[in-house]
Amino acid sequence: MPKVTIDGITIEVPNGTTILEAARMIGPEVAPPTMCYYSKLKTSGGYCRTCLVKVSQGSEKDPRPMPKPVASCRTQVMDGMVVENNTSAEIQEARAGVVEFLLVNHPLDCPVCDQAGECHLQDLGYEHGKSETRYDFPRREFEKKDIGDKIQLHMNRCILCYRCVKTADQVTDCRVHGVLNRGEVAEISTYIEKSINNDFSGNVIDVCPVGALTDKTFRFQSRVWFTKPVDAHRDCDKCCGHVRLWYKGDDVLRVTARKDQWGEVADHDGKTGWICNTCRFDKKNTSDWVIDGPSQISRHSVISANHYNSLKALKASIDRQKAALPHGEKVTLGHGALDPNNESK
Amino acid sequence: MGKKLLLEHIDVPGIRTLNVYRQKGGYETLKKALTSMTPDQIVEEVKTSGLRGRGGAGFPTGMKWSFLAKPEGVPRYLVCNADESEPGTFKDRYLMEHIPHILIEGMIVSSFALGANTSYIYIRGEYFYVARILEAAIQEAYDAGLLGKNIMGSGYDLDLYVQVGAGAYICGEETALLESLEGKRGNPRIKPPFPAIAGLYGCPTVVNNVETIAAVVPIVKDGGAAYAQIGIGKSTGTKLISASGHLNKPGVYEIELGLPVEEFIYSEEYCGGIKNGKQLKAVVAGGSSVPILPAHLILKTATGEPRLMSYEGLSEGGFATGTMLGSGGFIAMDEDTSIVKNLWTFSRFYHHESCGQCSPCREGTGWMEKILHKILHGHGTLSDVDLLWDIQSKIEGKTICPLGDAAAWPVASAIRHFRHEFEEYVKAGHSIKDVKHYYRINHLPEPAN
Repeated sequence: MPKVTIDGITIEVPNGTTILEAARMIGPEVAPPTMCYYSKLKTSGGYCRTCLVKVSQGSEKDPRPMPKPVASCRTQVMDGMVVENNTSAEIQEARAGVVEFLLVNHPLDCPVCDQAGECHLQDLGYEHGKSETRYDFPRREFEKKDIGDKIQLHMNRCILCYRCVKTADQVTDCRVHGVLNRGEVAEISTYIEKSINNDFSGNVIDVCPVGALTDKTFRFQSRVWFTKPVDAHRDCDKCCGHVRLWYKGDDVLRVTARKDQWGEVADHDGKTGWICNTCRFDKKNTSDWVIDGPSQISRHSVISANHYNSLKALKASIDRQKAALPHGEKVTLGHGALDPNNESK
Repeated sequence: MGKKLLLEHIDVPGIRTLNVYRQKGGYETLKKALTSMTPDQIVEEVKTSGLRGRGGAGFPTGMKWSFLAKPEGVPRYLVCNADESEPGTFKDRYLMEHIPHILIEGMIVSSFALGANTSYIYIRGEYFYVARILEAAIQEAYDAGLLGKNIMGSGYDLDLYVQVGAGAYICGEETALLESLEGKRGNPRIKPPFPAIAGLYGCPTVVNNVETIAAVVPIVKDGGAAYAQIGIGKSTGTKLISASGHLNKPGVYEIELGLPVEEFIYSEEYCGGIKNGKQLKAVVAGGSSVPILPAHLILKTATGEPRLMSYEGLSEGGFATGTMLGSGGFIAMDEDTSIVKNLWTFSRFYHHESCGQCSPCREGTGWMEKILHKILHGHGTLSDVDLLWDIQSKIEGKTICPLGDAAAWPVASAIRHFRHEFEEYVKAGHSIKDVKHYYRINHLPEPAN
């Protein structure tokens, strides 16, 4: 089994493992970010260039470094390979460059985008992006399109990761979903703008890393951080039936597949847990489901932080202080003011 | 007078037809290869010759051929890359248009050497009429028993097809070419696997440039050692150069590698000097992708030696003071040429031709073009020049295929060698009309004073 060293941590991995998968085995601290790679989809990856890493030693046999940064998602490890990811300033700069490229034509309409809060591009931007843009030209624009009656395609936000194309290719029966045109004006399309009459077409929403493909039954219903994710299942004759329900109060606002640590659709019984359109779009009553319990959400996620409650606590804190202060004096917030459990401030 | 191997009979009337081509010794090499040589011997001859890929990268052809995987029961393919789309390059068109049979003979010999029974010539859509010429020539070859079953009674079978592309620069990249040939969207594949292992339809494939395949004919005819005698160092043989721009005699020339650049530009045998007696300002030596060099660096290297037209000669000094032989698209610019305008034209091309698959190239090429357009029209700032530099550095080496590099290098080299000219445009600002080039680029009459 080949041994690979990533950012100074050595791990032994099975033959044929990619650098990215090896890094994920070590842990999220060294795993490069991915926008187009999706471990559940064959031939995905290699397009976005965010997972570029530096190979400073090719292998034990041939220790020469690779001349250019490589896409870790499509490069297999060799025995004795040494990879630099977060430890290489050059790679960090290259990644910042890629983020800038991804954002030059992105509308940055996060305040009105349904994906905000669970958007991979947002996370990437926070981590590697700059606070202001150097691009002072009009951004490219496309018309919004409907893909069937339940999915909307907002091409302005698309980063052309090809994940939905691969999903349509590999998960659904017949492919009527692809890429039109070339270069900067390339766009995702269903060729004739007709619906994809397929039970699994809704999965393109789950794989989309940005807000380009959204669930029309959930559009503008709520910010995701105001909803509460709950795992549930039902007997479904088409899919695995294991889903995540997103509650606001007692209402199920949307149904998605369950996601794993890497933001990908989680496995169920050894297979990828894709869900069918019936489960996704038509079963929006609690009575349709058997509840398994609250979903595990990373504590770094804005969904987990539950800003809704934080803001309520903050408002209460400000109101209390205001009442105690003379008129016109400014309120200063103490440490812990944003903690929803902190009632004293 | 330099030795001519490919264009020796170019002036013979009717050389396009099989009969005249055979009168001039055509298909004798094929006979020699099929009757007296084994495939491995041909590969050895090509290795000995030191022939390097003529499409731009300059990879040793013999080595490429020896990498070809040969699993049992799996077909192998030879694909000729005739998608000649590099701005400034038109040598393959010239060769195919005038002597199509040298390519076909080369294809048959090379296919025999590689053990391919089906081969393709992928030609760009804009060369539609050349495809017709090739098809007519292939038909002649079939009728004469030079293609098809049991060629020249040797028991070797080969079918040769011409496939016309839809006219995309990116399809000149070998894996995008294979995708297109398979009938898919012409997006480059992610390597590895290389085509030698999994190419056309997942089978081992060799992709070679037109000129490379044509050069196999003289190599097999006279032997690899004789071919290696021509040229200089590791740049063996002859090379077709497409000379264009402000030259007295632009056109396609066959040169022996190692010819001094100065001789190529100024001698009567080749380009005959700069048009209208003007001074040479800059040269793009190998097609639009390679770094542009100012006159003093193209004629002499940084160390003062005369610069030679060879793979090593042109790249001497690295990208700081050198360039590349590339595909041999030699574009000369006189003293009145605007480097900024020229660069904008190149950048516009790469913007238009980016396939849109990977982010740095898709977004970066358009961004660079827009900034250049802005500078060209007097709306630029000095920081825009730095921004351009930064953008190109973030594209170069970060993309799936070399198109990203090809878009970045011209920008980098123009700023490296002609930064003052960008600044001139910026400083002129809204009074851009004072800049001499403004009239030329906008086709306005220059003021009398």
